[in-house]
Amino acid sequence: MAPKVKLPKPGELSKIDFKTPATDWMDTPVEFKPGTYCWGAKEKDLLTLGLPNPRQWSPADEDWKIPEGWESTILDGIAERLSKYRSFKIFMDICVRCGACADKCHFYIATGDPKNMPVLRAELLRSVYKKYFTKSGKFLGRLAGARELNMDVLKEWWSYFFQCTECRRCSVFCPYGIDQAEVTIIGRELLNLVGLNIDWIAGPAAACYMKGNHLGLEPHAITGNIESMVDDIEDITGIRVNPTFNRKGAEIMFVTPSGDLLGEPGVYTCMGYLMMFHELGLDYTWSTYASEGGNFGFFTSNETAKRLNYKIYAEAKRLGVKYIIGGECGHMWRVLNQYMDTWHGPADFLEVPVSPITGTVFENAKSTKMIHISEFTADLIKHNKLNLDPTRNDHLKVTFHDSCNPSRGMGLLDEPREIIKAVCNNFYEMPENTIREKTFCCGSGSGLNASENMEQRMRGGFPRANAVKYVKEKHGVNMLANICAVDRAALPALMDYWNPGVGVTGVTELVANALVMKGEKERTTNLRFEDLPGKGGNE
Amino acid sequence: MDIKFNEILKEKKSDISKRWLEVILASYPNDKSGFLMNQQDRFANPIGYTFSTGIDGILEVLVKGEDFSESISFLEDIIKVRAIQDFSPAKAMAFIFQLKTIVREALGKDIGQSQINLALLEFESKIDDLALTAFDIYVKCREQIYELRTDELKRMTFTLLKKANLMSEIPVQEFEHKDQK
Repeated sequence: MAPKVKLPKPGELSKIDFKTPATDWMDTPVEFKPGTYCWGAKEKDLLTLGLPNPRQWSPADEDWKIPEGWESTILDGIAERLSKYRSFKIFMDICVRCGACADKCHFYIATGDPKNMPVLRAELLRSVYKKYFTKSGKFLGRLAGARELNMDVLKEWWSYFFQCTECRRCSVFCPYGIDQAEVTIIGRELLNLVGLNIDWIAGPAAACYMKGNHLGLEPHAITGNIESMVDDIEDITGIRVNPTFNRKGAEIMFVTPSGDLLGEPGVYTCMGYLMMFHELGLDYTWSTYASEGGNFGFFTSNETAKRLNYKIYAEAKRLGVKYIIGGECGHMWRVLNQYMDTWHGPADFLEVPVSPITGTVFENAKSTKMIHISEFTADLIKHNKLNLDPTRNDHLKVTFHDSCNPSRGMGLLDEPREIIKAVCNNFYEMPENTIREKTFCCGSGSGLNASENMEQRMRGGFPRANAVKYVKEKHGVNMLANICAVDRAALPALMDYWNPGVGVTGVTELVANALVMKGEKERTTNLRFEDLPGKGGNE
Repeated sequence: MDIKFNEILKEKKSDISKRWLEVILASYPNDKSGFLMNQQDRFANPIGYTFSTGIDGILEVLVKGEDFSESISFLEDIIKVRAIQDFSPAKAMAFIFQLKTIVREALGKDIGQSQINLALLEFESKIDDLALTAFDIYVKCREQIYELRTDELKRMTFTLLKKANLMSEIPVQEFEHKDQK
């Protein structure tokens, strides 16, 4: 028998709300309010990168100083990308507006603004594609969802493509697998054709192009910073670790985001790498040239990303290492895992990574020859190669935030969890629909971790913070672990606002605190020089 | 508070809270799909969840006639969200004053009774107090947004300044020394 269909009662039927928004989305131009957008890219940075239309401008101004004929620049740009990237053409054509993605974006969830629904964010571009590249759009115009490209549309693109963190949560739910991050990536490429980037992306990308890393640290600053970490490690453990720089013939080259070299709490994660590698006696070297794992060019254009990425294989070749280990970072891994091999591979001068300690062959990195520190550490722990005292982390109640790119982009889900469970006695997961593949973004990814857009960041990160709040209230969680440098930079502010009292840490920092090193003195403080529970120190 | 007035409030509490939620969510006119109202999962819809639990918490305290400092955490949860959503201060906080209208409507004919009327005045003064507290919280949130920006800058540069001897931390011993005086 067919299941009984429950008919709505007359009262329920009459509750339809016929109100529609005051204006159609196509007729609602963007307003630029301070706190909700990033500064525009600076003239000098676009000049450095050789990108079009370098000039001083402000998004708050009426005139964005876009050169005459910009419409055809953009339309030609769309045509070029349609022919180059099949995915882009498919994403423009196949969306059926089922709405599965609509309420999955952290920016939509925290604002209720429909243009933050992934489907509508794509439609901002799709409507222009329809008008100029499809028959239905050319003849039926608005009836077919098509619209003219004009300055309001361009400004709207700039606003909303820089309100998407390319986290790809929506694509997990799309039955067609449309990847909104790729639509945003193309959207940003098009904007860059007429000089519309943001300062927080163009600045670091230019610094990286000139100095090798986003922070613009020169070689002596890199070695100096690491040396001062070495001093701190000696104060804490009594052991002097001995990192080497640009050493030819080392077995492994280590590359990490430059955020780990400067700024809290990233530096503690970096100290963790130094301590663990020393304890293992790893034959590795740092490079002051390939001194950036991250890639803000990836948030600009394919070409810029490719140029910034070049140095990694080039340096590995110059130093003659066997393979590369990369530090804790998010988007860095999407680039390394999915793009580097296509751009600059095959890296046939390198060898398939093999852990010198356990003998494990990392088949997953057979082609790229670069493995993530969490894979490396989890393997060590599985083979019981680290002497760990998790009680040193007993004052912490830890939860883990899956960074979007390593989790959704490369399936790195269990390794960090295995590590945390081995080095901490108190680990609590956030709810199922907020972690692993369905993790909520920190709200500051893809170059949006500037400070002028703090209000927007607090919105974008609200769904994440809300899940942290739950485990904080239920289990007393006081530490948010992650494997991403942008997370380490952005989440402290998010926690201070939504969940005061919850700290932020890299996973390797937790490892180093628990790591019992050969010949170390009795530790009284952790890497942050805070007293270890029950161990005296400054007490 | 007057017993009869209180009974009416208790009886109509769920209506009042439903109406109050509707009124707050009406300040998101773009949300035409009704997502904020209809999605019940607290993690999929943190705004809806924060508002509905917050409202219930505040009303509970007001109806019981308890000191509203009990409900401050609920109020704080709601204001934190409103403070970062592009609202002008007046729009962000309007929902508190809207409670007055909602309660008056809920009382219906009973409002004519002098006894109820007096109790209502007393109740509305409580809402005014609530609004003043909300104002404090709102300003604190807005100030914090700016503090977060400077804190972030400090986190980024402190180690560097320390290294260049441009900044130093006062060792703990010095604090202890002062304490002993």
